[in-house]
Amino acid sequence: MKPGIWQRIGFYAIVIVIVTQAVFPFYYAILTSLEDGQALFEVNYLPKALNLTNYRAMLAEGVFGKQMLNSVFVASVVVVVSLFLAVTAAFALSRIRFRGRGLLLLTVLSVSMFPQIAVLSGLFEVIRFFGLFNSLWSLVFSYMIFTLPFTVWVLTTFMRNLPVEIEEAAIMDGASSLTIIRRVFLPLMWPAMVTTGLLAFIHAWNEFLFALTFTSTDSQRTVPVAIALVSGRSEFEIPWGNIMAASVIVTLPLVALVLIFQRRIVSGLTAGAVKG
Amino acid sequence: MAGKTAQSRLSRNRTRSAWLFLAPMLVTLFVVAAWPLGRTVWFSFTDASLDLISQARWVGIRNYLEWVDWGDGTGQYYGLLADPRWWRSVWNTVRFAVVSVSFETLFGLVIALVLNQSFRGRGLVRAAVLIPWAIPTIVSAKMWAWMMHDQFGILNDMFMRLGLISAPVAWTASPDTAMIAILIVDIWKTTPFMALLILAGLQMVPQDIYEAAKLDGVPPTRVFRKITLPLIMPAVLVAVVFRALDALRVFDIVYVLTPNTDATRTMSVYARENLFDFDQFAYGSAASTLLFLVIALITISFILATRMDLEGNTT
Repeated sequence: MKPGIWQRIGFYAIVIVIVTQAVFPFYYAILTSLEDGQALFEVNYLPKALNLTNYRAMLAEGVFGKQMLNSVFVASVVVVVSLFLAVTAAFALSRIRFRGRGLLLLTVLSVSMFPQIAVLSGLFEVIRFFGLFNSLWSLVFSYMIFTLPFTVWVLTTFMRNLPVEIEEAAIMDGASSLTIIRRVFLPLMWPAMVTTGLLAFIHAWNEFLFALTFTSTDSQRTVPVAIALVSGRSEFEIPWGNIMAASVIVTLPLVALVLIFQRRIVSGLTAGAVKG
Repeated sequence: MAGKTAQSRLSRNRTRSAWLFLAPMLVTLFVVAAWPLGRTVWFSFTDASLDLISQARWVGIRNYLEWVDWGDGTGQYYGLLADPRWWRSVWNTVRFAVVSVSFETLFGLVIALVLNQSFRGRGLVRAAVLIPWAIPTIVSAKMWAWMMHDQFGILNDMFMRLGLISAPVAWTASPDTAMIAILIVDIWKTTPFMALLILAGLQMVPQDIYEAAKLDGVPPTRVFRKITLPLIMPAVLVAVVFRALDALRVFDIVYVLTPNTDATRTMSVYARENLFDFDQFAYGSAASTLLFLVIALITISFILATRMDLEGNTT
């Protein structure tokens, strides 16, 4: 039973629609970012200009470079800290039997359901108490609320499926738990760690509400907030070219990551939701 | 005998080290999640203001509901539960969640079914589908804001060329279309996530069922309705709940795309507005608390309904 020619044409038509709708807005943002002056206000479907003025304007403005660095710093530190906390916790949750383990895991997982807005006022007080307001550390600290539950959950599931034998030998040799984690588990865990690390990075890179609330000066902003707050003197002077250039700059690293690590990201995204 | 005590000492040691290993993670989560949540709830029963957070005093349920007597036998209810703007934002949020999740499920299902076929270039298509998911929400909001621009936007140009509209539409500015604009961006952005979760469910359906159905000459639509759909239902359900919880707390898109409009103000936007813009810290905390309650209720009933296996004993 071979599918008819019309069926195949129909199928590929759907495929083309799917790809177009997914790619077009980003394509259009790139196109806009390369236009300047009058060209910006003409609707073009195909690239007409290759003008880097907007990029130069954004990068020459020193504060945008600083904001990029802020984003890189926050996202990287969040990844390192949450992976460290999660690996040790996942070891205990997956390899050691103790009472209340299931309940504990449930509690940790339930934190990922917290709406960020529900902790906002309490967190604001905590951050002011520690003197972290308007510091990048306030973001590293507060982002733990969404990276930790997810990382702990995925790493626990992953560790649980590793065979018991591999650590029994190490226990027999008298290795301490820390040594077991470092020498036995870490080498086996890297695929899961790359996946969760990537997702944590993307999440931290994109976060908006905390970054908007806990920083107050331009030099401490992360890029999403910076882009959201770009405005002109009036509604008619919004620098769309600059905004699009900035948008493309922030998004390109993410798109590259997604294209390179496609499989890992897909498996990581579905790990939380589908058993197995 | 000796072996037994040694073993129990070993297991006691293991238990102790378990808590030692858990401690850093648990302490962190306590400080960033449990404690702030408790404080938010507490603030909602006080008169806290942004500058005087620590001097908050207990005022009972006044932020939620209070009857103010005007002294002449009449009076009026004040507080969150009597605030029409709050109820408007509840309605906006619910409407947003229902519509966006429905469309995302539908489109996600279609994309998942396509990606589940083997055809040339599937890897590329899957990569392309992931792009909207990878773009930061703020960036997608800005990109679409530009595409939806009333004078220079490509969307109006496209629709005019196709003859769908006769005059340019002010998508984000007009109250009639603001919600539609939000929905378009959100559906575009989160359908990939839905598609991936459903695809994972599709890939767990054993292939021999399809073979058998094919041999028996069952028409494809019937196979889909009677075999595929029931088998992927659990995966779809999980995806729907995840997305619904996400949609109920929507903030970024609304804040950036249509600021200060009654037509799209959601519960999260309402809460933040009161917390930091209107200096009604306690009142905003009350709104946050209610939003949390709604989401907690949905989550708990979902967990009870599906009896998630968390111990991992059976797998």
